[in-house]
Amino acid sequence: MTHISATVDGVHRQGEVEPRTLLVHWLRESLGQVGTTVGCDTSNCGACTVLVDGRSVKSCSVLAVQIDGKSVTTIQGLAEGEDWHPVQRAFKECHGLQCGYCTPGMVMASVDLLSENPNPTEAEIREGLEGNLCRCTGYHNIVKAVQTAAAEMGATT
Amino acid sequence: MIPASFDYVKASTVDEAVAALVKGGEDAKVLGGGQSLLPVLRLRLNAPSVLIDVSEVGEMRALTDDGDALLIGASVTTYEVMHSELVKEHAGLLSLTAGAVADPAIRHKGTFGGSVAHADPAGDLPTVAAALDCEMVIAGPNGRRTVAAKDFFVDYFTTALAADEVLVAVRVPKLGAGWSYNYQKFNRTAQAWAIVGVAAAVKSENGTITEARVALTNMGATPIRATGVEAALAGASSSDAIAAAASKAADGTSPTSDLHADSEYRKHLAAVLTRRAVEAASGI
Ligand SMILES: Cc1cc2nc3c(=O)[nH]c(=O)nc-3n(C[C@H](O)[C@H](O)[C@H](O)COP(=O)(O)OP(=O)(O)OC[C@H]3O[C@@H](n4cnc5c(N)ncnc54)[C@H](O)[C@@H]3O)c2cc1C
Ligand code: FES
Ligand code: FES
Repeated sequence: MTHISATVDGVHRQGEVEPRTLLVHWLRESLGQVGTTVGCDTSNCGACTVLVDGRSVKSCSVLAVQIDGKSVTTIQGLAEGEDWHPVQRAFKECHGLQCGYCTPGMVMASVDLLSENPNPTEAEIREGLEGNLCRCTGYHNIVKAVQTAAAEMGATT
Repeated sequence: MIPASFDYVKASTVDEAVAALVKGGEDAKVLGGGQSLLPVLRLRLNAPSVLIDVSEVGEMRALTDDGDALLIGASVTTYEVMHSELVKEHAGLLSLTAGAVADPAIRHKGTFGGSVAHADPAGDLPTVAAALDCEMVIAGPNGRRTVAAKDFFVDYFTTALAADEVLVAVRVPKLGAGWSYNYQKFNRTAQAWAIVGVAAAVKSENGTITEARVALTNMGATPIRATGVEAALAGASSSDAIAAAASKAADGTSPTSDLHADSEYRKHLAAVLTRRAVEAASGI
């Protein structure tokens, strides 16, 4: 077992993990942060996307031991109290989800995209979310949600 | 799925990593960004006894100007390669191609060195290493050595790296004035690997190509330099001349057939993509 400590959604967490523990399993099974989903076994779908030190990663393809000393943000760490993050609000308002399975990863990838490119074109949004698969929406409303969030975030900052 | 058990060593220097590899023997593996290795371990296609994490070794995280070349540490991420001003200025083909690898989340973790060491014939960055005549700086128990790209890629997923060696950095010779470049990647869905890819760098004077480098992705077991095309491009100044040169792209290759494309189709793609890459690079 290896000792790790990290900040997860603003809270300092630590524990003993087997080196083979995937970050997503540590989040879900040890910390009970089940907002992050697992959609595939091939690193393809992006459902498990979280931010590590502010940048998106697929938490099924990172070892928990690798985030020792780092800061992790999951879908559960985006809202400030009752106030949803603008990207969360936009996904709801634009109907950017149907079953919702891809949504935690889709939202985190969108947050990452907007942090780097606050005003993306439609093509840049599609390109920026290429690592996230959605089996329901056909992506149209997801793109709309990211555009809506970008406009709102631009207006408020 | 969950990988089989292994021990984990986080190396802080190259020497530590080599010592851990020697100690771990045949079953030890280097962990870079893990974006190829962890999927393999999760599918239990491999079960190393110990992983030696080099992703935060200081020397391997450095990207420096080394005179006539850039020295890019093996643990510099694909994302960092893509956005580095130094790489954009002196090895634009590499930053352009880094942007064609996988997707943003994978580029944030995956490393240049990991991609080169993994030597997937469908990998985009090994092709650039071949096109730019990069040199691999390797450390092992007997010290360091440097291996040219043409000798480094040996076979499918096989390189000149011995089991107890670490890829420390890649020396990327600068493309000087007059060079322009392009990478063409043919795939069918976003984020997918190349069915065929072509990296081209050309040097032109007054609308005439004087020198060219062309390398192919997924046209064989290793990245392949299309030397016939390179020779035929010297002196080309029209799109007909480029098309004639590009038609030699698949000469001497025997690409595999798989569910994405058969061998003949890959050969066709190699010629088409070579023409497009050279046209886009040269502006002719
Ligand atoms: C869904 C998906 C799509 C992808 N699409 C593409 C694509 O389109 N194009 C592309 O080129 N790649 C693609 N990749 C692969 C990705 O670029 C990987 O990041 C890269 O191939 C491996 O880099 P890594 O740092 O993650 O290496 P790891 O996974 O850590 O290691 C890969 C191999 O290299 C060895 N290794 C790593 N670093 C060193 C070192 N310093 N010295 C010695 N050995 C070392 C490891 O032991 C292992 O055998 C994709 C991956 C995924 C999961
Ligand atoms: S669950 Fe991580 S990419 Fe699909
Ligand atoms: S909403 Fe169902 S997978 Fe995206």
